Amino acid sequence: MAKQQSEHRPNVAGAVLAWVWLAVIVLPIYYIFVTSLRPREDYYAENPLSWPANPSLGAYQRVLENDFLRFFMNSVVVTAVSVAVTLAVSLMAAYVVVRSRNRFGRNLFRVALLGIAIPIQAAIIPVYYLIVQLGLYDTLAALILPSIAFSIPLTLLILTNFLREIPESLFESMRMDGATEWRILLRLVVPLSRPALATVGVYQALQVWNGFLFPLVLTQSAETRVLPLSLWSFQGQFGVDVPAVLAAVVLSVLPMIAAYILARRQLVSGLTAGFGK
Amino acid sequence: MAAPALILFGVFAIVPLFGVAALSLVHWDGLGDITWAGFDNWQAAASDPVSRNALWLTVKLTVLCVLFQAPVSLLLGVFLAGRQRYRALLATLFFLPLLFSSAAVAITFTALLDPNFGAGSALDLPLLTQNWLGDPDLALYVIVFVIGWCFIPFHTLIYQAGTRQIPRELYEAARMDGAGTVHQFLHITLPMLKYTIVTSTTLMTVGSLTYFDLIFVLTGGGPGNATRVLPLDMYLTGFRSYDMGRASVLALVLVAVGLAVSLGLNRLTGANRMESQSEGS
Repeated sequence: MAKQQSEHRPNVAGAVLAWVWLAVIVLPIYYIFVTSLRPREDYYAENPLSWPANPSLGAYQRVLENDFLRFFMNSVVVTAVSVAVTLAVSLMAAYVVVRSRNRFGRNLFRVALLGIAIPIQAAIIPVYYLIVQLGLYDTLAALILPSIAFSIPLTLLILTNFLREIPESLFESMRMDGATEWRILLRLVVPLSRPALATVGVYQALQVWNGFLFPLVLTQSAETRVLPLSLWSFQGQFGVDVPAVLAAVVLSVLPMIAAYILARRQLVSGLTAGFGK
Repeated sequence: MAAPALILFGVFAIVPLFGVAALSLVHWDGLGDITWAGFDNWQAAASDPVSRNALWLTVKLTVLCVLFQAPVSLLLGVFLAGRQRYRALLATLFFLPLLFSSAAVAITFTALLDPNFGAGSALDLPLLTQNWLGDPDLALYVIVFVIGWCFIPFHTLIYQAGTRQIPRELYEAARMDGAGTVHQFLHITLPMLKYTIVTSTTLMTVGSLTYFDLIFVLTGGGPGNATRVLPLDMYLTGFRSYDMGRASVLALVLVAVGLAVSLGLNRLTGANRMESQSEGS
């Protein structure tokens, strides 16, 4: 299957599959959208895949009246704090790995490599125990702390690989000027690693935003509910009101679609760099 | 400077990994006192037909997932590696499922697969109007399909990146020799993608082993126990039946199977994991 510009024979099998797969991908997404605009009373009468005869935003209104904004804000807080702290502590650690001449740095890096392979499911019971012991059960901190811990290995890996590219001479000249390690980190490393921080930040934000197991196990009340969990409880609460449930789905994915439009390149390279997850 | 990362990672990731081994040797209902149990939990889990069935279902799910996802992602990825503009547009659209949470995907497919009000009735195809999630013989296959919907885009990306690394000269030389499309695919693309195939398949396998949230929302393990795979069995045993000791045993089995599979796959193909990572990125 030749696939560069100078194509002599088309890749027929690939093309057929690609168009079929496009339908498979787009159909459910189209269905979410049209159903969210369908009035509740028409849901059982109209063809599920037709454009609604009387499109309305009623479903969105019902979702917003049911505390959706609180769940949304919880997700925003958990995601923003988790990603910010993950980036900060991982960058500091990556700097140590790159700069240290001893075994400590190398071992730190090895631990991170191993850490990528730990599945959340395997650790969830002790994490639950820890969170209960710390008195954090059913708080947003209960979601933030483990989310950070499980984001660190991959973030550290990507940032370390990036920092290795910074020329040694830049560090040396700052040190000659008598700059402390912290000053080098803030004035040199942070500005230079902005592209890598963006890539891994967008990727980790997607992971935390969509995470389900930590919220399911570590929180309980509506006060601490985040979006993926709220979708699940909406499904139980609204039951037959499918348009409202799917309107909540649309609202929950909008920020990620916005991120995809604004930072597509970062998200894609974050995902392919994030092989380990 | 490395201390904050080390402490956070150590406390919430490394300690739990040892903690789960310790918890597998105790009785604990999640709230009350912890008492020593020795190997009781291990014996109970080994003789429990539900957990044994869960292990079998997990193996079955994993094999089916790889058989479905690997060929589709390989073909799509190779196709999308072409530089035509409409292929770039397709790649943009193919990415969309990765933006949705598992809960959102599960809820959507629950509605879409409804035998009375879902897509089957919309398209008026009797073949599509089955009780997809309520039929124990069908539910697992539906799950394989929905997992594919979520993750084939990701593996397509990996294959697309891997294919773009293949030197173009190889194809030009082959064309000179009059090699056809299929011949080029079999003798250039496939061998050159060896490490990508290993990486992608390992990730698919480990991913399918630990897959939890989508199945939890889609079927909850049902109908009956027809889709109660190992991670789900672990969650239900621990957080619904309040038997944390036995759930820890299941968690350890999960880790062991996952590690064995990824080591085995890498050994089998003689590929080094880091090498394959750098190849695809």
